[in-house]
Amino acid sequence: MTFVIGRFIPVDPVLAIVGDHATQSTYEKTRLSIGLDRPIPEQYLIYLNKLIHGDLGTSVITSQPVLTDLLHFFPATLELATVATVLGVIVGVPAGVLAGATRGRWPDQIVRVVGLFGYSMPVFWMGLVGLFVFYGKLNWTAGPGRIDVGYEDVVDPKTGILLLDSALAGEWDAFRSAAAHLVLPSIILGYLSLAYIARMTRSFTIGQLSQEYATTALLKGRSFWGMVWRHAFPNILVPLVTVIGLSYATLLEGAVLTETVFAWPGLGLYITQSLFNADMNAVLGGTIVVGAVFIGINLLSDVLYRIIDPRLRLQ
Amino acid sequence: MTMTVPLLEVRDLSVTFRTEGVVTQAVRNVSFVLGRERLGIVGESGSGKSTTGRAVLGLVPAHGSVSASRLALNGEDLRHLTQHQWSRYRGRRMALVMQDPKFSLNPIMTVEKQITEAWRLHRRTTAAEARKHAAAMLEAVSIDDPERVLRLYPHQLSGGMGQRVMIAAMLIAEPELLIADEAISALDVTVGNEVLAILDRLVAERGMGLIFISHNLTAVAGLCDRVVVMYGGRVVEECAARDLAHARHPYTRALLAAAPSLDEPRASLASVVRDPAWLT
Repeated sequence: MTFVIGRFIPVDPVLAIVGDHATQSTYEKTRLSIGLDRPIPEQYLIYLNKLIHGDLGTSVITSQPVLTDLLHFFPATLELATVATVLGVIVGVPAGVLAGATRGRWPDQIVRVVGLFGYSMPVFWMGLVGLFVFYGKLNWTAGPGRIDVGYEDVVDPKTGILLLDSALAGEWDAFRSAAAHLVLPSIILGYLSLAYIARMTRSFTIGQLSQEYATTALLKGRSFWGMVWRHAFPNILVPLVTVIGLSYATLLEGAVLTETVFAWPGLGLYITQSLFNADMNAVLGGTIVVGAVFIGINLLSDVLYRIIDPRLRLQ
Repeated sequence: MTMTVPLLEVRDLSVTFRTEGVVTQAVRNVSFVLGRERLGIVGESGSGKSTTGRAVLGLVPAHGSVSASRLALNGEDLRHLTQHQWSRYRGRRMALVMQDPKFSLNPIMTVEKQITEAWRLHRRTTAAEARKHAAAMLEAVSIDDPERVLRLYPHQLSGGMGQRVMIAAMLIAEPELLIADEAISALDVTVGNEVLAILDRLVAERGMGLIFISHNLTAVAGLCDRVVVMYGGRVVEECAARDLAHARHPYTRALLAAAPSLDEPRASLASVVRDPAWLT
């Protein structure tokens, strides 16, 4: 699909490489060298064949293999999205359960207002204000980018996840720098994810508390909160896995606005810039990663369902 | 303790629901006294019989308010209990079996966990001991292979099995009072009769008091000692179960006339024609 779009949009991929001022013969030579003279189905097969062998083509802009680029950009997104999702789950799930169980009373109202902020504030605005206050004024956190320039080549990028790499290498100064850079964007993305997760958890909780088995638990002598956590909560987990997976997948696709504000060299930034430059190999590669992430997370959710819900296990 | 203290005393029990400014009186000045006997509460949907049962257990929803001049179990006043105090009565002293085990059992917990729960909440005990009690409890509700059933989940049980599991879960901590709220209404007739027989036997064996809430007049007449007939939130008649056929109140007579019978098949059943005077 992405391949088809890439071939049919009215952008000349040859021009993107050779530039506007190339001669006709250079143009033709390049056109032949990237195989654009062949029929489109054949081009597709060639692309697929290369894909199977791990060759995603070369990026026009960085003139590196797209795979190398992705291995550089994706871990940045992975790091940010994972920390943000962990924050969102750790705060959002208990907050949602609390709100659902105290429906209409003040804890519910507080969670609702906090969530509403997360929903309605534009993320780039929060990012800018956050940078201004916590970096510019208070200097509590580091500024844009993933790590201070001085540490950039200190650690060997084994995984590309700076926190992990620096911790593995024992470079604790680099670790602190990476963490200081990560804290603000991950809190902002985590807040978004928290708002969504808390809202969904609240409505799942309300749904489960109206079930008769909740009354049964009280009838046995369970306290209200004992019933909420031991009976209702495990039942909430099933739909919650979907919600968390979805939220995580969305963040993994790259949060373009956040990545832009924080100059975070992630997947969203990479795909967007490639798109602006008509770098179709890069766009295609990025899209494949996004698709793979989505499939992977869905697979993981399916496995988790079966662990949580006995009704879905095969007999 | 003297022999004169009844198991349960309910006097002038009223339950009022307030939803968006609309006040509904679900139960109006209901009074009855229960010894270690079986009391049937009959009446149509909305007559307040289920709400009465739940009010006795302190389980009226938050938007409802309960008032009574007396509500006591074994002479202990239940009217001003905190939630924490209620949780010591529920399960241990009194319990309730609901209509449909499909909904009243937790779908993702094993039978073992659900049966042992009340036992473990009210007694200091080990998991192994609780499991032994649960197995014995399953045998008491006539389940053949308790060890196997303990490992199952609710969706693997039939309706009759589910209701037996529910009864086992409610009786394991040996309450003195059991309320059965339409406990056989969701089951088909044969299975329902089996469950009824189990209830009958357990109540006799354990010397419990039973409140059997039902719209099934035949079941009530067969099982209970006394019957309370409710209509519009009030008790309109109270009589011995064996006298139910000779009940005097026109509503009870109308209910009896509307019940189908295998012995005297009728082409069409009488419908209950309501008289506003019954509400006064």
